[in-house]
Amino acid sequence: MEETLSSGGPETVSSRVEGGVAIIYAGGYLNKINGERTKRECRDRLQNGCRALVINFSDTEIVNSIGVSILLGVIDAAEEREARLCFCNVNNHTAQLFLMLGLARHVYLAPTEEAALVWLNAANAAAPPVISTTPTQRH
Amino acid sequence: MHYGIEKFLHAFTSLADLGQEIADTRDRKEMVESALQVVLGTLAIRRGAVVEYVEEKGSVQFIAARGIGSDLPPEIPFTDTDVKDSCEIGAGGLSVSEPHSSNAAVRLAKRHPLLFENLGYDLFMPLIMRDKLLGILLLGPKMSEEPFSALDRDVICSMGRHIGVGIYNHRLIAEVEVRAEENQRLYDDLRATYQDTVRAFAAAIDFKDKYTRGHSERVGRYCEIIAREMGWNDEQVEGMIVAGYLHDIGKIVVDRDIINSPYKIDAKLLPELNRHTIAGYEILSLIKHPFADIPLMARHHHERVDGGGYPDGLTGDQIPMGAKILTVADSFDAMTTDRPYKRRRTMEEIIKDLGENAGKQFEPEVVVAFARALLKEITGEAQGKEILNTLSDDYVDIENIKPLLIELIRSIESNSYSAAANVT
Ligand SMILES: [Fe+2]
Ligand SMILES: [Fe+2]
Repeated sequence: MEETLSSGGPETVSSRVEGGVAIIYAGGYLNKINGERTKRECRDRLQNGCRALVINFSDTEIVNSIGVSILLGVIDAAEEREARLCFCNVNNHTAQLFLMLGLARHVYLAPTEEAALVWLNAANAAAPPVISTTPTQRH
Repeated sequence: MHYGIEKFLHAFTSLADLGQEIADTRDRKEMVESALQVVLGTLAIRRGAVVEYVEEKGSVQFIAARGIGSDLPPEIPFTDTDVKDSCEIGAGGLSVSEPHSSNAAVRLAKRHPLLFENLGYDLFMPLIMRDKLLGILLLGPKMSEEPFSALDRDVICSMGRHIGVGIYNHRLIAEVEVRAEENQRLYDDLRATYQDTVRAFAAAIDFKDKYTRGHSERVGRYCEIIAREMGWNDEQVEGMIVAGYLHDIGKIVVDRDIINSPYKIDAKLLPELNRHTIAGYEILSLIKHPFADIPLMARHHHERVDGGGYPDGLTGDQIPMGAKILTVADSFDAMTTDRPYKRRRTMEEIIKDLGENAGKQFEPEVVVAFARALLKEITGEAQGKEILNTLSDDYVDIENIKPLLIELIRSIESNSYSAAANVT
């Protein structure tokens, strides 16, 4: 089943649902405005019963501090509802940031959307694998 | 130090974000919430709060909080000793996971478990500005589970100073707003006092002339209605009310017998009665009014646009518009009230008179405004019935005068401006 509720270019946040997994596209610059939109999409999808979320950063060049803070809120919300959360297509700079700040301890960074869906659908996904670009990361 | 440069870069851009949030956000609570978000996002901290110290209440209050549940107390008592201890800890802050380094910290932590361990905060950072405690920034542990490094502390300290300045500025703005409100109230009081005084003056003027009691107050009311209909602003309208109240103030220096004469004043005595315009101007010029031109309006309220009036025989545009409004208001009241030597005229006659004299005695634009205002009262388009209520019920036959007013407006608008223009 594929359901598309909203879509747009790199500047807008959009989302769709595929096989019970909500995929949220975070937009070009994850700041206060786009961050709040992303959070709203995630919250709405969780409220509608989705128990797995993928945030796709393929259009995302930069995540600023408020963007990070909002993503922390998304992690909280997902944990609260016992939903699994996964980030994908994170560019190198942002991946370094997430690793440095410790976000990658709590969220699996998948290289592609397909990989994210595979990871989420895997029954034994309890122990998230680690992104390959992060040799120093513990989990 | 593997991520040293990235960390520094992220912290540096975060500081810029913070500056922008504090400068751009006008609402104080929203500003602090955004600032807290920046701080939390800078070091990936999931729990945090900013409390503000309110000196007058001797308490701290949560302005913004994240990740600590919703059952926060609205305020926590905070004594002078607490404030002193907070200032002693200083803007460098105190990490709870470190052994309490000073006596002040130990004492404070003991008295306020809620602000320390209970909420799981790791960093307690007083926001201090000009040696005064403004609030406290409380932060939970980092998501990376690493302890706060010296760089982290420096960054948070710098952000704390930014937030402190933001709170301080918002306080100053709030204080200025309160002062401005107080001034406005004071000004309103003064205006009310001024109006009361003016009204008392008006009553005193009318008291001298027993046949025209209430005249000044009614003229003030008509002036207000006309000025509003002409689209004047509130202040100008208020000025017109005052002008109406005071236009005949010069009568206090005119012989009482002339004012109270039961007969039409004969030509010999007219100059004495007419003196009231110049006398009024001179009296009113001695007073500093909050509204401009009131003395001039009083001086010229018996001028005619065709130049046949007094005291200066001005014509058309030489006469201030306020004086022209006064002329119509004054004449309307004179025509609608009984005089000892003359019964009041019928409304039908008055409307005819206004039309015939538009461009001669009266400024056509003012006549139209007055006719329109009266028509709106008749049709119910106006909110109140100020003119109709001033006149007695049996005096005005609404159905009769409605078409006359419509015709008056139409005829003036179609030709009387050119008639007025011919008069020089
Ligand atoms: Fe007069
Ligand atoms: Fe008068």
